[in-house]
Amino acid sequence: MKLYLYLLVMAGVTYLIRVLPLAFFRKRITDPFLLGVLHYMPFAVLGTMTVPAIFTATGEPVSAVVGFLAALLLGLKRRSLVEVALAATAAAYVTSLVFGLL
Amino acid sequence: MEAYGYREGLRDGLPIGLGYLSVSFGFAIWAVKQGIPGLVLVLLSGTNLTSAGQVAGVTVMAAGGLLVELALTELVINLRYALMSVTLTQKLSPGFSLPKRMAAAFFITDEIFAVSSTRKGLLTFPYMMGLGCLPWIGWTLGTALGAFAGTLLPAALSAALGIAIYGMFMAILVPGALEERGVLLAVCASVGLGLILRYVPLFGFLSEGFVIILSAVFGACVAARLRPVPTGEGEA
Repeated sequence: MKLYLYLLVMAGVTYLIRVLPLAFFRKRITDPFLLGVLHYMPFAVLGTMTVPAIFTATGEPVSAVVGFLAALLLGLKRRSLVEVALAATAAAYVTSLVFGLL
Repeated sequence: MEAYGYREGLRDGLPIGLGYLSVSFGFAIWAVKQGIPGLVLVLLSGTNLTSAGQVAGVTVMAAGGLLVELALTELVINLRYALMSVTLTQKLSPGFSLPKRMAAAFFITDEIFAVSSTRKGLLTFPYMMGLGCLPWIGWTLGTALGAFAGTLLPAALSAALGIAIYGMFMAILVPGALEERGVLLAVCASVGLGLILRYVPLFGFLSEGFVIILSAVFGACVAARLRPVPTGEGEA
């Protein structure tokens, strides 16, 4: 089944990325540009995955925007991952309830 | 020079595990809606232990993307683990043999890296195993609960939980952008190119996986060129 092939590829690639350097790397990376690319990569990835997808994540734009704003606000306050995730969910949920009642 | 054991690892891993439990619950509810069976999701979480990579992977899976597209997506998204892995090699205790390195490598995530790399002293094998234990259980269990019990939730709540994983991403992005101009630059450049590639009809042939790869590499390169990281530390 194709889904299990996908699964195998994902697990394999992800593990190899983690294990190869830890098992075999013996020196330091010094190229500044390469260091920079590796440093910024996670943020660039998360950015393009979050926007615009977050605005359609609840299936309806109003609650998604409110959830996004809640996450932005708590993110600015440097709250923990869990707090921000739950606050975005709660804000989206309450908003959808309010609009459902209207 | 201090060394830490399994017990200390478990303790440090508890808050990470609790966090993973709630986030993977939301991930599973979202992923089930993309049409992926619950059993596949549990196996996925148990073998991958990564949030962004799994969200992107499910996106490619749901779209019936190519295997090479999936592999490249995972490579680009999880490339940061290679850097973390390199960083951790500098801190391993002398008893860290090759098989032990191969076991510990499985548990490298953003949060586990953050905790272990900022621990004073050398990292022992028991400590790393203890540290990885509860986050792995939390991530896999949360996925199972979300996949199989998520449908018991009211529709409005389950819809709202779809935003949980993106909320977690925001919790990493916003403080990062606040602290470093380069991070803000990387995010803006990446999001900008991503929007162009997604909405300009000319690029309609690009699948979501390749959009993520292209825009992320672009954003990271722009930031690395304009805002070089101070040499000596490349912590991600």
